[in-house]
Amino acid sequence: MEYGGNGQDDLERMINLGKQKLSKFGGVVPLIVVGLFILILLKSAIYSIGPDEVGVVRRFGKYIAPPVGSGLHMKLPFGIDKVIPVKVERIFKQEFGVRTLRSGVRTQYSTGSYLDESLMLTGDLNILDVRWIVQFRVKDPVQLLFNTRDPEDNVRDISEVVMRRFVGNYSVDEVLSTKREEIDDLAHIEMQKILDKYETGIQIVTVKLQDVNPPDEVKPAFNEVNEAKQERERVINQARQAYNKIIPRAKGEAEQTIREAEGYALDKINRAKGEAERFSTVLAEYKKAPDITQKRLYLETMMEVLPNAKEKYIIDPKQSSILPLLNLGQKGGVK
Amino acid sequence: MKKLLNVFIALIILIILIAMSGVMYVVDETKQVVITQFGKPVGNPITNAGLHFKKPFIQKARYFEKRLLEWDGDPNQIPTNDKKYIWVDATARWKIVDALKFLQSVNNEMGAHARIDDIINSATRDTITRHLLVETVRNSNRIVDEVKEVGKDVIITDEALERIEVGRNKLEEIILHDAKELAPKYGIELVDVRIKRVNYVEDVRRKVYDRMISERKRAAEQYRSEGQGRRAEIDGQRGKELKLITSEAYRQAEGLKGKADAEVIGIYAAAYNQDPEFYSFLKTLETYKKTIDENSTIILTTDSDYYKYLKGLNLIK
Repeated sequence: MEYGGNGQDDLERMINLGKQKLSKFGGVVPLIVVGLFILILLKSAIYSIGPDEVGVVRRFGKYIAPPVGSGLHMKLPFGIDKVIPVKVERIFKQEFGVRTLRSGVRTQYSTGSYLDESLMLTGDLNILDVRWIVQFRVKDPVQLLFNTRDPEDNVRDISEVVMRRFVGNYSVDEVLSTKREEIDDLAHIEMQKILDKYETGIQIVTVKLQDVNPPDEVKPAFNEVNEAKQERERVINQARQAYNKIIPRAKGEAEQTIREAEGYALDKINRAKGEAERFSTVLAEYKKAPDITQKRLYLETMMEVLPNAKEKYIIDPKQSSILPLLNLGQKGGVK
Repeated sequence: MKKLLNVFIALIILIILIAMSGVMYVVDETKQVVITQFGKPVGNPITNAGLHFKKPFIQKARYFEKRLLEWDGDPNQIPTNDKKYIWVDATARWKIVDALKFLQSVNNEMGAHARIDDIINSATRDTITRHLLVETVRNSNRIVDEVKEVGKDVIITDEALERIEVGRNKLEEIILHDAKELAPKYGIELVDVRIKRVNYVEDVRRKVYDRMISERKRAAEQYRSEGQGRRAEIDGQRGKELKLITSEAYRQAEGLKGKADAEVIGIYAAAYNQDPEFYSFLKTLETYKKTIDENSTIILTTDSDYYKYLKGLNLIK
């Protein structure tokens, strides 16, 4: 422990010098000496605290409440009062699983040691590479200074303890995707609980999982699963697409078939009705003179039909021999 | 003026002399002090901060930490109850509660660390060895319950589905409880012990990686075949619906046509039944018109209506 460091040596010189000078009843010199002395005194009695800090004052090692706010202040000089400014507004950050130079209790850290920090076991006994950050601030500077020796190391250790415990309670897939926020929140609460138990005076602001990855050796297999999932969706979508392409069209075509049948029905029935009507009308007239009409119709038909035929034979049924033929077509018809 | 200055300077000198003579000593908030006389401790440890006095020259103030201190052990390779080798890295918090005892038994923090190493390492080893691996990893059975809920979309080893009875937190408590008992004789209180890291040893890790890979591959296969299965299902549904739609349409169409045909028959029958003879006659004539063309050969007997006048006139003889 040193009380004011160089100030003390300076002071002794000054005193000795002062004693010599005083014995001579000097005029100007003692004044200069006293002036210097006062300067040194002021230098070790006045201190300033920044706007984002509070000063924790100890007098002979004992804490004097309360912490002082920002601005210029006086204290007892020459190491009687000591002031430590603590940044209470600032948010500090710790990273885990990321290469950062750190000094700590442990020095046996190799260069690849960040994997030691980030590789952890999950609840289903697999291994994950988990990286996260913790942000914290000082909530009680007095606790911070007087209760634990290495507040930052406490944050680091507790963060690892807690994060690994929670990751160990979830499955690989949960840590990778679905339960990240849940783990953040739980870790936050649990860390705060332990830090409060240790009375570190630290307030956790956030705990946040950053990169969570399967270890390099198994990454391809994990990617394969994702691809397989996507493929599953793709195949199903294709099938749905085919379904959507064909079924509505078939429905339309079915509708068409039915409409066509309806059309056919209408057509048939209308035609039949027409023919029936025609027949009835004709019949009504025919009944007035059946014989003559019949003959007329027959003969008219013959007139119409016979000229079309290529060959006509006339046979007398009474003859059993071969019939003489009369070619009506060449004879020009009836005589 | 001058007198005042002299008094002031004298006062300063006095203070400096006292400070240098070793009568006064300062105890910081973070420290506690044991006063030793010729190397032997005198009285109780001083734990309250501030300015204290002692006999100069013959008494010495020895300072010890009052704050919570950390202990961080080296990782230990420990087999679990199910014969899995793991690295366990624990961390602990301790404080010096009896500086006198502390001074006498371990002398300083270095010595204390060595003792705590022994205490915690053996407590940790005993505890881990007595339990299954899952007990050191998991803290609850939520995964087991979760799997039951979610079903088969989770890829999990059977081993991990063992129900745990203790869990990591409890193991820490057991270790702390065991280790705590041995600490007081060194003037130390163990406040907390935590399992910081648990990792597989190298060759186990390789095996775990292999297992993870095969698990994932299996899952990938499953997803793919699920896709194919769903596709077949959808395709089948499609085929079925297609047949249903077309056959239904056919059925309806045929039905409609049949109805119409029947109606048509009715209509014709009703009309032609008025005089079937006449209908046959007309229809026959119509068929003549329709069927006789330039390729037809007609054979008429002289008996036919068409020739009966010819015969009657006796022209042919």
